[in-house]
Amino acid sequence: MSKKYDAGVKEYRDTYWTPDYVPLDTDLLACFKVTGQEGVPKEEVAAAVAAESSTGTWSTVWSELLTDLDFYKGRCYRIEDVPGDKESFYAFIAYPLDLFEEGSITNVLTSLVGNVFGFKALRHLRLEDIRFPLAFIKTCMGPPNGIAVERDRMNKYGRPLLGCTIKPKLGLSGKNYGRVVYECLRGGLDFTKDDENINSQPFQRWQNRFEFVAEAVKLAEQETGEKKGHYLNCTAATPEEMYERAEFAKELGQPIIMHDYITGGFTANTGLAKWCRRNGMLLHIHRAMHAVIDRHPKHGIHFRVLAKCLRLSGGDQLHTGTVVGKLEGDRQTTLGFIDQLRESFVPEDRGRGNFFDQDWGSMPGVFAVASGGIHVWHMPALVAIFGDDSVLQFGGGTHGHPWGSAAGAAANRVALEACVKARNAGREIEKESRDILMEAAKHSPELAIALETWKEIKFEFDTVDKLDVQ
Amino acid sequence: MPFKSTVGDYQTVATLETFGFLPPMTQDEIYDQIAYIIAQGWTPLVEHVHPSRSMSTYWSYWKLPFFGEKDLGVIVSELEACHRAYPDHHVRLVGYDAYTQSQGSCFVVFEGR
Repeated sequence: MSKKYDAGVKEYRDTYWTPDYVPLDTDLLACFKVTGQEGVPKEEVAAAVAAESSTGTWSTVWSELLTDLDFYKGRCYRIEDVPGDKESFYAFIAYPLDLFEEGSITNVLTSLVGNVFGFKALRHLRLEDIRFPLAFIKTCMGPPNGIAVERDRMNKYGRPLLGCTIKPKLGLSGKNYGRVVYECLRGGLDFTKDDENINSQPFQRWQNRFEFVAEAVKLAEQETGEKKGHYLNCTAATPEEMYERAEFAKELGQPIIMHDYITGGFTANTGLAKWCRRNGMLLHIHRAMHAVIDRHPKHGIHFRVLAKCLRLSGGDQLHTGTVVGKLEGDRQTTLGFIDQLRESFVPEDRGRGNFFDQDWGSMPGVFAVASGGIHVWHMPALVAIFGDDSVLQFGGGTHGHPWGSAAGAAANRVALEACVKARNAGREIEKESRDILMEAAKHSPELAIALETWKEIKFEFDTVDKLDVQ
Repeated sequence: MPFKSTVGDYQTVATLETFGFLPPMTQDEIYDQIAYIIAQGWTPLVEHVHPSRSMSTYWSYWKLPFFGEKDLGVIVSELEACHRAYPDHHVRLVGYDAYTQSQGSCFVVFEGR
């Protein structure tokens, strides 16, 4: 039935608040935590969010009538209280599949977290979760390799992988940098990592770094008889330079490269992931700038959304925080988004912060990377929290060893294997952590010294962003 | 006073991936790991290779994967039989996971020389 054009301003809720709507399997669903300005009704604010993140604008426009807007509009279909919080509420919004370009995370985010976040009727807005429909997921390539393929390429089975970031993070020449890589890898690590700040600075141009690192990796493999890798950071000022670096890493026979997906951007990341799939390279993903976006409990985007977006955009390993180290992260929340990286189906579970059932279909899994202020005493907890499909990275906890990086690496490797062995034998490794580590240290002087060095270091601050559960 | 350094020298060791940094396991400890593999529902599998070829992707299967085998004793005797047949080879035990098409567990039980 044709409608009449009626110029003027209508309330958003007349069009975009549809409590009777039953979401379709193909809809993209979003849950926002909304804090409106005082006096504005919840339904109106929630409908405004739906409108401004989809088809709406502040005024009625004649050109709306050239299309069937009911087919394209986002709808707020549910409002819920936030437990223990009187000023905010959850708004659940359903977006039709056709609002988004196939395979484009960039497009999804431009719509969902675009202009709407600056909207004046809102004081704060936070995107808590997205349910991606399988129909959209199948249009994304996702991880270039995935967990199973990475294990096969690196020949690492039955345990978490072990890594470390090269320190100091800035200022080493290429040759000195390669030396530190070599020390770590010969000591028993599987991977070393470029610090995210390392791109191609005056003290160490990328080509020089890549060549020395490649030699270090090769030498460590020959001497230890194990597979090794170093995440060569290809993040650059332009996509052209990024691809040039990736090509050179491949030419040097390196197994893995690295990208910073938020500062680099989703378009660059998706492009590099596709390059990795075509060229048989693993892709490690750093997340600089995430805490700017995800740490405030009432504004921004929760990291579980950024993690889901990365799995779709593509990456084989993603940083997730450590729970126990120096960086923010509550245990249940972290477990919740680790599931989103690794599992093929994740059920709704508010206790873990997952607001929707999420079916990942055949999308490969992403290794969870725990890094930041962790040392050997944390090992039992890390193995218990993160399980085998993870990369545990000790920076200060490797290089800070009194005998140097190789001994630090060996201490971590002994501790890791002792924990895995004890877990498999049925021991409760978190409860018995002290006994397990002390037993292992009896045959490893490197571990004994590491345990002594870091015995007092703890990072016990309360989490800023907690789950809203009571 | 003579100089005495407290810094030790870390010597690189050639290792065989998982559990390569732990001392050789006792028989009971190996039983625990086999029991874990069986309890996870994985398929036990015995592989061996000459040490000169230890970095290659494919080690030789000992017979076939022991599909559906739940008896710890059977796995122990197959490991020993493989070791007897190839005394100079590395022999490893794999917990093969058909769901992920990966190895839930993998470690060397007998080191060849």
